[in-house]
Amino acid sequence: MGMIRIIPLSCALILLSASAQAEWTLNLTPGVTEVSRSVYDLHMTIFWICVAIGCVVFGVMFWSIFHHRKSRGAKAHHFHEHTAVEVMWTLIPLGILVAMAVPATATLVDMYDPRDAKLDVQVTGYQWKWRYQYLDQELDFFSNLTTPREQISNTENKGEHYLLEVDRHLVLPTDTKIRFLLTANDVIHSWWVPALAVKKDAIPGFINEAWTQIDEPGLYRGQCAELCGKDHGFMPIVVEAVPPDQFEQWVAGMKAEKQAQQQASERTWTLDELMAQGEQVYLSSCAACHQANGAGLPPAFPALKGSAIAVGDVQAHIDIVLHGKPGTAMQAFAEQLSPAELAAVITYERNAWGNSTGEAVSPAQVSRVLAGEGAAEEGM
Amino acid sequence: MSTLDTATDDIGHDHHGPASGIGRWLFTTNHKDIGSLYLWFSLLMFLTGGVMALMIRAELFQPGLQLVEPGFFNQMTTMHGLIMVFGAVMPAFVGLANWMIPMMIGAPDMALPRMNNWSFWILPFAFAILISTLLMEGGAPNFGWTFYAPLSTTYAPPSVTYFIFAIHIMGMSSIMGAINIIATILNMRAPGMTMMKLPMFVWSWLITAFLLIAVMPVLAGVVTMMLMDIHFGTSFFNAAGGGDPVLFQHVFWFFGHPEVYIMILPAFGIISHIIPTFSRKRLFGYASMVYAMASIAILSFLVWAHHMFTVGLPLVGELFFMFATMLIAVPTGVKVFNWVTTMFRGSLTFETPMLFAIAFVVLFTIGGFSGLMLAIAPVDFQYHDTYFVVAHFHYVLVPGAIFAIMAGVYYWLPKWTGHQLNERMGRLHFWLSFIGVNITFFPMHFIGLAGMPRRIPDYALQFADFNMVASIGAFIFGFSQLLFVWNVIQTVRHGEKAQARAWEGAEGLEWEVASPAPYHTFATPPRVD
Repeated sequence: MGMIRIIPLSCALILLSASAQAEWTLNLTPGVTEVSRSVYDLHMTIFWICVAIGCVVFGVMFWSIFHHRKSRGAKAHHFHEHTAVEVMWTLIPLGILVAMAVPATATLVDMYDPRDAKLDVQVTGYQWKWRYQYLDQELDFFSNLTTPREQISNTENKGEHYLLEVDRHLVLPTDTKIRFLLTANDVIHSWWVPALAVKKDAIPGFINEAWTQIDEPGLYRGQCAELCGKDHGFMPIVVEAVPPDQFEQWVAGMKAEKQAQQQASERTWTLDELMAQGEQVYLSSCAACHQANGAGLPPAFPALKGSAIAVGDVQAHIDIVLHGKPGTAMQAFAEQLSPAELAAVITYERNAWGNSTGEAVSPAQVSRVLAGEGAAEEGM
Repeated sequence: MSTLDTATDDIGHDHHGPASGIGRWLFTTNHKDIGSLYLWFSLLMFLTGGVMALMIRAELFQPGLQLVEPGFFNQMTTMHGLIMVFGAVMPAFVGLANWMIPMMIGAPDMALPRMNNWSFWILPFAFAILISTLLMEGGAPNFGWTFYAPLSTTYAPPSVTYFIFAIHIMGMSSIMGAINIIATILNMRAPGMTMMKLPMFVWSWLITAFLLIAVMPVLAGVVTMMLMDIHFGTSFFNAAGGGDPVLFQHVFWFFGHPEVYIMILPAFGIISHIIPTFSRKRLFGYASMVYAMASIAILSFLVWAHHMFTVGLPLVGELFFMFATMLIAVPTGVKVFNWVTTMFRGSLTFETPMLFAIAFVVLFTIGGFSGLMLAIAPVDFQYHDTYFVVAHFHYVLVPGAIFAIMAGVYYWLPKWTGHQLNERMGRLHFWLSFIGVNITFFPMHFIGLAGMPRRIPDYALQFADFNMVASIGAFIFGFSQLLFVWNVIQTVRHGEKAQARAWEGAEGLEWEVASPAPYHTFATPPRVD
């Protein structure tokens, strides 16, 4: 039975691999930072040590298998102890380990020294996206997966960077020591970019530290490394390293964009405009849980189609979208989206999939709720 | 005393043979019956967990989502891990312990036979509860077999409470089994069998049983803390209430790392019987084997945070756990060197148990090498939570623990059944398993190093080729296990009559009794010199 399966499968395998486009990556890559290169060197050193030990151990074993077999007339010897040999093969491995521990300690000490960083970026894990805050530049944005659902469900061909592409890159300057402050909003995530040799857990309620200094401009892709729920496999990281002057331009551009967003919130939107914008926002921010058709995945992710909130009191609807529902997967979107985007998506939820309230929620209405909070906080 | 004897004689006229019907299995206190129950149960769980593994590999055969939803995929990875660890590997070792320890030390039965019955019969209930969660609203546990909080508390499906209850029952079963094994070994050895004459399997289980007693209560504690967080408003693991999610990981891995050795030490014991038998030569370095196992057991309590290098431990903690972990390579190396030296200048034959034992030594050592690589904390940042780790622990658990269990079953099957196994079928099973296991797990090293995280239902295109290879290997491995099932059933039913000493070079008290072993052995203790 086993044999019958192997033959066609292995033929298929050979054909497929001959035509495959993707590279057969076998090893870690040295990466683009000094730390990542020393990690790579450590990796190769310990690898070759293992290969050498393996050659000796398996060599003796296969020598015995071939030469000391009964069918070749081998007679068993009777030794079963040898103190000197046993002490030797305890001490030699110990020596190798000490030799290995020295460079490993040096690299680790270096990785744990984030002093003199010139740029601080706070990285916050959300189910299932990343938020980046540039603390001194006062920039704050979310980074979502952009791979279309059609590619994931195999109805469209997969793009080159399938599952490793996002709407907003984490743009970082090269040749600058950058400190990451990592935390999470809900469950534990882990921020990992292999080319930087940075992997650090993002833990709710705690802040972790890591640092990097990138030598070469380029795009470096990574993924969340800690199981964080349903879409753990769908929250990639894209770091775009640019020369420091370009980074300054990018910061300026981002600030201009922020202003434009504010203006958009102040003008009046038609219901159609809100619905069009709302659908886009819904698909990128809400559909992972509540599904594109609004049916949700109960009980963890309730349906919006016909739900009491989506067709009921509008203030309650605005409140839950802005502030989330503590103790559940429903996040607070007040900080994730602009007032115009919030208004659009709430409007969309109140009018899509047969939820026909006919109500348009205006950006101004959302802004008032947000401003009300600001006033309340100031009052305190 | 004499009246009591008469009374028992009146009740059971034939107390030399088993009772008949289902009652024999439900009410048995016989170590051989209970051993068989454990082994059959473990085989059933192995196949169940295996089907889940094949669903995982089928989904990962190609990029994109084809067969299952991400939520269900997470349930499969979680249940596969839990069932294999607690349902397949651990009960198999307890089954082997039940069958072999009394016969190896010349005892008539286990020290606490009624508790023995109880510790087995609560297991099917535990797993019925665990598996029934698949049918509940919100699905089965989906937070990985390591169930990190707060994913397993605040964000868990409602079935998590059933999962906690199942874990509690499994823990009770393990603790009772461990107490029984310690009581048996320390009190019931035949006259003349001093501790340093104990067969190596018995030594390995004595150490394992102490590990179990030490850490199963820790597991029970951590799931109870989860229960409190979920239902009673405590905040052990909830930062918003003053708790700490990382505390969960510390407590879990304080159980979890010794648990790793619980699943491998008895394997060391089995291999230390099989290699000398088929090398026709005494085990090299008996004393150092015992010391090595004891060192591994002690060190296993001091290395738990190497599973947590990326959680942000302070530098000194990171260094301590790195050094302590590297140290484990020393006693483990000693064991491998001893096995190889046992083979050296022996007179080797390669029957099925020996083939599995040799594959164990080679492939377990490969798993040990990747373990050594993982111990290097700065490099572990690149390996952690990738397929490199998946490759590592499957190398030590599948061709490690599982191959050792199969080697043990093939080795002792003639003693249990009185029949020689079908050697040709055994060898075919071995070669298909050996090839399948390597095709499955070796490419996982590559995709891990290339950057594929573990526990994802879909992946980027550069990982596609090796994933396809791994999936093909998994199906080869999975389906060839049917040969094992078939061979075992055939050997139980018929087959060439086995000698008392079923293998030419076999040594030990278990080979002094007839094959099949009588229902009651060593009613009067043998004399060991």
